[in-house]
Amino acid sequence: MSKEFDVIVEVSLREGIADPEGLTIERALPALGFNGVSDVRVGKSLRFVVEASDERDARHQVESMCERFLANPVIEDVDITLGPLT
Amino acid sequence: MTTRVGVVVFPGSNCEHDVVEAVDAVGGSGELLWHKDKSLGDVDAVVLPGGFAHGDYLRTGAMARFSPIMDAVTRFAQDGGPVVGICNGFQILTEAQLLPGALYKNQGLKFLCQPAVLRVESTDSVLTRRMKVGDELNVPINHFEGNYVCSEEALAALRENDLIVFTYQDNPNGATADIAGIRNENGNVVGLMPHPERAAHPLLGSTDGALMLRGLIGID
Repeated sequence: MSKEFDVIVEVSLREGIADPEGLTIERALPALGFNGVSDVRVGKSLRFVVEASDERDARHQVESMCERFLANPVIEDVDITLGPLT
Repeated sequence: MTTRVGVVVFPGSNCEHDVVEAVDAVGGSGELLWHKDKSLGDVDAVVLPGGFAHGDYLRTGAMARFSPIMDAVTRFAQDGGPVVGICNGFQILTEAQLLPGALYKNQGLKFLCQPAVLRVESTDSVLTRRMKVGDELNVPINHFEGNYVCSEEALAALRENDLIVFTYQDNPNGATADIAGIRNENGNVVGLMPHPERAAHPLLGSTDGALMLRGLIGID
Protein backbone atom coordinates (compact mmCIF):
# COMPACT_ATOMS: atom_id res chain seq x y z
CA MET A 1 0.00 0.00 0.00
CA SER A 2 1.38 3.41 -0.86
CA LYS A 3 1.68 6.16 1.72
CA GLU A 4 2.05 9.89 1.43
CA PHE A 5 5.07 11.86 2.58
CA ASP A 6 5.59 15.55 3.24
CA VAL A 7 8.69 16.78 1.46
CA ILE A 8 10.73 19.95 1.80
CA VAL A 9 13.55 20.41 -0.67
CA GLU A 10 15.91 23.24 0.12
CA VAL A 11 17.96 24.36 -2.86
CA SER A 12 21.03 26.45 -2.12
CA LEU A 13 24.09 27.54 -4.04
CA ARG A 14 27.02 25.15 -3.93
CA GLU A 15 29.86 26.09 -1.69
CA GLY A 16 32.39 28.05 -3.67
CA ILE A 17 29.75 29.69 -5.86
CA ALA A 18 29.57 33.37 -4.95
CA ASP A 19 26.18 34.43 -3.57
CA PRO A 20 25.86 38.15 -4.35
CA GLU A 21 22.30 38.26 -3.03
CA GLY A 22 23.33 36.77 0.32
CA LEU A 23 26.26 39.17 0.51
CA THR A 24 24.05 42.17 -0.16
CA ILE A 25 21.62 41.13 2.58
CA GLU A 26 24.51 40.54 4.96
CA ARG A 27 25.85 44.03 4.29
CA ALA A 28 22.41 45.56 4.91
CA LEU A 29 21.81 43.97 8.31
CA PRO A 30 24.21 46.21 10.29
CA ALA A 31 22.08 49.20 9.21
CA LEU A 32 19.34 47.77 11.46
CA GLY A 33 21.78 47.16 14.28
CA PHE A 34 22.36 43.45 13.63
CA ASN A 35 26.12 43.33 13.71
CA GLY A 36 26.79 39.67 14.41
CA VAL A 37 25.44 38.08 11.23
CA SER A 38 27.70 36.21 8.82
CA ASP A 39 27.51 33.52 6.12
CA VAL A 40 24.14 34.64 4.70
CA ARG A 41 23.16 32.34 1.84
CA VAL A 42 19.99 32.74 -0.20
CA GLY A 43 18.18 29.72 -1.61
CA LYS A 44 14.69 28.50 -2.29
CA SER A 45 12.48 25.81 -0.87
CA LEU A 46 10.02 23.54 -2.61
CA ARG A 47 7.30 21.79 -0.62
CA PHE A 48 5.19 18.96 -1.92
CA VAL A 49 3.60 15.62 -1.09
CA VAL A 50 4.87 12.43 -2.68
CA GLU A 51 3.33 8.96 -2.79
CA ALA A 52 5.69 6.07 -2.07
CA SER A 53 5.70 2.57 -0.63
CA ASP A 54 7.90 3.62 2.29
CA GLU A 55 10.18 6.42 3.43
CA ARG A 56 13.20 4.98 1.64
CA ASP A 57 11.31 4.85 -1.65
CA ALA A 58 10.06 8.40 -1.12
CA ARG A 59 13.59 9.68 -0.48
CA HIS A 60 14.89 7.83 -3.51
CA GLN A 61 12.22 9.42 -5.73
CA VAL A 62 12.92 12.92 -4.41
CA GLU A 63 16.69 12.52 -4.84
CA SER A 64 16.11 11.51 -8.43
CA MET A 65 13.80 14.52 -9.04
CA CYS A 66 16.48 16.82 -7.63
CA GLU A 67 19.22 15.30 -9.72
CA ARG A 68 17.27 15.48 -12.95
CA PHE A 69 15.22 18.63 -12.57
CA LEU A 70 14.65 20.42 -9.26
CA ALA A 71 18.24 21.58 -8.89
CA ASN A 72 21.13 22.19 -11.24
CA PRO A 73 24.11 20.27 -9.84
CA VAL A 74 26.54 22.62 -11.60
CA ILE A 75 25.63 25.45 -9.23
CA GLU A 76 23.24 24.09 -6.59
CA ASP A 77 23.12 21.70 -3.63
CA VAL A 78 19.94 20.25 -2.12
CA ASP A 79 18.87 19.35 1.38
CA ILE A 80 15.87 17.03 1.62
CA THR A 81 13.59 16.83 4.66
CA LEU A 82 10.96 14.15 4.51
CA GLY A 83 8.40 12.60 6.83
CA PRO A 84 4.95 10.94 6.97
CA LEU A 85 2.13 13.25 5.90
CA THR A 86 0.64 14.97 8.92
CA MET B 1 20.12 28.20 -52.14
CA THR B 2 18.88 30.35 -49.32
CA THR B 3 19.68 29.02 -45.89
CA ARG B 4 16.53 28.51 -43.84
CA VAL B 5 16.91 29.35 -40.16
CA GLY B 6 14.22 28.17 -37.74
CA VAL B 7 13.81 30.42 -34.72
CA VAL B 8 12.07 28.64 -31.84
CA VAL B 9 9.37 30.57 -30.00
CA PHE B 10 8.80 29.49 -26.41
CA PRO B 11 6.13 31.13 -24.25
CA GLY B 12 8.11 34.12 -22.98
CA SER B 13 10.63 34.38 -25.82
CA ASN B 14 10.98 38.00 -26.93
CA CYS B 15 13.84 38.28 -29.43
CA GLU B 16 12.51 35.93 -32.10
CA HIS B 17 11.36 38.62 -34.57
CA ASP B 18 14.66 40.48 -34.26
CA VAL B 19 16.53 37.27 -35.10
CA VAL B 20 14.30 36.55 -38.11
CA GLU B 21 14.79 40.09 -39.38
CA ALA B 22 18.55 39.98 -38.90
CA VAL B 23 18.81 36.57 -40.61
CA ASP B 24 16.79 37.89 -43.55
CA ALA B 25 18.94 41.04 -43.71
CA VAL B 26 22.15 39.03 -44.15
CA GLY B 27 20.66 36.92 -46.95
CA GLY B 28 19.16 33.96 -45.11
CA SER B 29 15.52 33.13 -44.61
CA GLY B 30 14.27 33.21 -41.03
CA GLU B 31 11.06 31.51 -39.94
CA LEU B 32 9.38 31.00 -36.58
CA LEU B 33 8.95 27.54 -35.08
CA TRP B 34 6.53 26.96 -32.19
CA HIS B 35 7.84 25.17 -29.12
CA LYS B 36 5.03 22.59 -29.34
CA ASP B 37 6.08 21.53 -32.85
CA LYS B 38 7.51 18.02 -32.87
CA SER B 39 9.56 18.55 -36.01
CA LEU B 40 11.86 21.26 -37.33
CA GLY B 41 10.54 20.93 -40.87
CA ASP B 42 13.25 21.48 -43.45
CA VAL B 43 15.27 24.20 -41.76
CA ASP B 44 19.06 24.24 -42.22
CA ALA B 45 19.83 25.82 -38.85
CA VAL B 46 18.08 26.50 -35.55
CA VAL B 47 18.27 29.52 -33.24
CA LEU B 48 16.96 29.52 -29.67
CA PRO B 49 16.36 33.25 -29.13
CA GLY B 50 16.53 35.45 -26.05
CA GLY B 51 13.70 36.12 -23.63
CA PHE B 52 12.25 34.33 -20.63
CA ALA B 53 11.14 30.90 -21.87
CA HIS B 54 8.36 29.57 -19.63
CA GLY B 55 8.84 32.60 -17.40
CA ASP B 56 12.27 31.32 -16.31
CA TYR B 57 10.38 29.30 -13.68
CA LEU B 58 12.58 27.22 -11.37
CA ARG B 59 15.76 28.34 -13.18
CA THR B 60 16.46 30.09 -16.46
CA GLY B 61 15.99 27.56 -19.24
CA ALA B 62 14.94 24.77 -16.86
CA MET B 63 11.41 24.24 -18.17
CA ALA B 64 12.23 24.64 -21.88
CA ARG B 65 13.67 21.17 -22.19
CA PHE B 66 10.14 19.81 -21.67
CA SER B 67 8.88 21.66 -24.75
CA PRO B 68 8.11 19.05 -27.43
CA ILE B 69 10.42 20.69 -29.99
CA MET B 70 13.51 20.13 -27.83
CA ASP B 71 13.71 16.43 -28.76
CA ALA B 72 13.92 17.43 -32.42
CA VAL B 73 16.46 20.18 -31.61
CA THR B 74 18.60 17.67 -29.69
CA ARG B 75 18.52 15.13 -32.53
CA PHE B 76 19.29 17.88 -35.07
CA ALA B 77 22.27 18.99 -32.96
CA GLN B 78 23.52 15.42 -32.56
CA ASP B 79 23.32 14.94 -36.34
CA GLY B 80 25.59 17.98 -36.81
CA GLY B 81 22.91 20.59 -37.57
CA PRO B 82 23.82 24.17 -36.60
CA VAL B 83 22.11 25.20 -33.34
CA VAL B 84 22.75 28.61 -31.78
CA GLY B 85 21.42 29.69 -28.39
CA ILE B 86 21.41 33.42 -27.76
CA CYS B 87 21.10 34.67 -24.16
CA ASN B 88 18.08 32.74 -22.79
CA GLY B 89 18.75 30.30 -25.64
CA PHE B 90 22.26 29.73 -24.23
CA GLN B 91 20.71 29.08 -20.81
CA ILE B 92 18.34 26.56 -22.41
CA LEU B 93 21.24 24.77 -24.15
CA THR B 94 23.08 24.32 -20.83
CA GLU B 95 19.94 23.08 -19.06
CA ALA B 96 19.29 20.66 -21.95
CA GLN B 97 22.92 19.53 -21.50
CA LEU B 98 23.79 20.30 -25.10
CA LEU B 99 26.51 22.56 -23.66
CA PRO B 100 28.34 22.27 -20.30
CA GLY B 101 28.08 24.62 -17.32
CA ALA B 102 25.33 26.97 -16.18
CA LEU B 103 24.46 30.66 -16.27
CA TYR B 104 24.02 32.36 -12.92
CA LYS B 105 23.08 35.83 -11.69
CA ASN B 106 25.44 38.65 -12.66
CA GLN B 107 28.07 39.29 -10.02
CA GLY B 108 26.91 42.87 -9.43
CA LEU B 109 23.24 41.74 -9.19
CA LYS B 110 22.31 44.26 -11.87
CA PHE B 111 20.42 43.65 -15.07
CA LEU B 112 22.93 44.62 -17.76
CA CYS B 113 21.86 46.15 -21.08
CA GLN B 114 24.95 47.62 -22.71
CA PRO B 115 27.49 47.24 -25.52
CA ALA B 116 30.19 44.62 -25.00
CA VAL B 117 33.48 44.07 -26.75
CA LEU B 118 34.10 40.40 -27.46
CA ARG B 119 37.27 38.63 -28.49
CA VAL B 120 37.05 35.66 -30.84
CA GLU B 121 38.81 32.72 -29.16
CA SER B 122 37.91 29.86 -31.48
CA THR B 123 37.14 29.89 -35.20
CA ASP B 124 35.90 26.32 -35.22
CA SER B 125 32.23 27.20 -34.74
CA VAL B 126 29.27 27.97 -36.97
CA LEU B 127 29.36 31.62 -35.88
CA THR B 128 33.09 32.27 -36.19
CA ARG B 129 34.22 30.06 -39.05
CA ARG B 130 34.96 33.11 -41.19
CA MET B 131 36.76 35.06 -38.45
CA LYS B 132 40.25 35.07 -36.98
CA VAL B 133 41.28 34.38 -33.40
CA GLY B 134 41.76 37.75 -31.72
CA ASP B 135 39.13 39.55 -33.81
CA GLU B 136 37.21 42.06 -31.74
CA LEU B 137 33.45 42.31 -32.08
CA ASN B 138 31.07 44.87 -30.66
CA VAL B 139 27.83 43.09 -29.74
CA PRO B 140 25.47 44.14 -26.94
CA ILE B 141 24.44 42.13 -23.90
CA ASN B 142 21.04 42.20 -22.20
CA HIS B 143 20.75 39.89 -19.21
CA PHE B 144 20.48 39.35 -15.48
CA GLU B 145 21.80 35.81 -15.47
CA GLY B 146 24.81 35.75 -17.74
CA ASN B 147 27.51 34.81 -15.28
CA TYR B 148 28.92 31.61 -16.76
CA VAL B 149 29.79 29.02 -14.11
CA CYS B 150 31.30 25.56 -14.49
CA SER B 151 33.46 23.14 -12.53
CA GLU B 152 37.26 23.37 -12.71
CA GLU B 153 37.35 20.12 -14.67
CA ALA B 154 34.78 21.45 -17.15
CA LEU B 155 36.77 24.67 -17.55
CA ALA B 156 39.96 22.68 -18.18
CA ALA B 157 38.11 20.66 -20.84
CA LEU B 158 36.78 23.85 -22.48
CA ARG B 159 40.30 25.27 -22.65
CA GLU B 160 42.00 22.07 -23.73
CA ASN B 161 39.54 21.47 -26.59
CA ASP B 162 39.36 25.10 -27.74
CA LEU B 163 35.63 25.25 -26.91
CA ILE B 164 35.57 28.85 -25.68
CA VAL B 165 34.30 30.83 -28.68
CA PHE B 166 34.01 34.37 -27.28
CA THR B 167 35.40 36.13 -24.21
CA TYR B 168 34.53 39.59 -22.87
CA GLN B 169 37.27 42.17 -23.13
CA ASP B 170 35.95 43.80 -19.96
CA ASN B 171 34.06 41.14 -17.99
CA PRO B 172 30.67 42.71 -17.15
CA ASN B 173 29.03 39.92 -15.13
CA GLY B 174 31.68 37.89 -13.32
CA ALA B 175 31.66 35.05 -15.86
CA THR B 176 34.27 32.36 -15.25
CA ALA B 177 37.34 32.97 -17.44
CA ASP B 178 35.54 35.97 -19.05
CA ILE B 179 33.44 33.50 -21.04
CA ALA B 180 30.76 35.06 -23.27
CA GLY B 181 30.15 32.06 -25.53
CA ILE B 182 31.12 28.40 -25.92
CA ARG B 183 30.66 25.60 -28.44
CA ASN B 184 30.38 21.82 -28.47
CA GLU B 185 33.21 19.68 -29.80
CA ASN B 186 31.85 19.64 -33.36
CA GLY B 187 31.37 23.41 -33.37
CA ASN B 188 27.79 23.06 -34.64
CA VAL B 189 26.24 24.00 -31.28
CA VAL B 190 27.10 27.46 -29.93
CA GLY B 191 25.71 29.35 -26.96
CA LEU B 192 26.45 33.00 -26.27
CA MET B 193 25.07 35.70 -23.99
CA PRO B 194 25.53 38.68 -26.38
CA HIS B 195 22.83 39.36 -28.99
CA PRO B 196 24.13 39.27 -32.58
CA GLU B 197 20.69 40.26 -33.91
CA ARG B 198 21.04 43.59 -32.09
CA ALA B 199 24.25 44.39 -33.94
CA ALA B 200 23.11 43.60 -37.44
CA HIS B 201 22.57 47.05 -38.97
CA PRO B 202 24.66 50.28 -39.04
CA LEU B 203 21.75 52.11 -37.39
CA LEU B 204 22.18 49.83 -34.36
CA GLY B 205 25.75 51.01 -33.91
CA SER B 206 27.47 47.82 -35.00
CA THR B 207 27.23 45.21 -37.72
CA ASP B 208 29.49 42.70 -35.99
CA GLY B 209 26.49 40.53 -35.10
CA ALA B 210 25.70 40.30 -38.82
CA LEU B 211 29.18 38.79 -39.30
CA MET B 212 28.23 36.00 -36.90
CA LEU B 213 24.91 35.40 -38.64
CA ARG B 214 26.63 35.35 -42.03
CA GLY B 215 28.80 32.58 -40.62
CA LEU B 216 25.69 30.74 -39.49
CA ILE B 217 24.05 30.87 -42.90
CA GLY B 218 27.30 30.10 -44.70
CA ILE B 219 27.81 33.37 -46.57
CA ASP B 220 31.31 34.83 -46.91
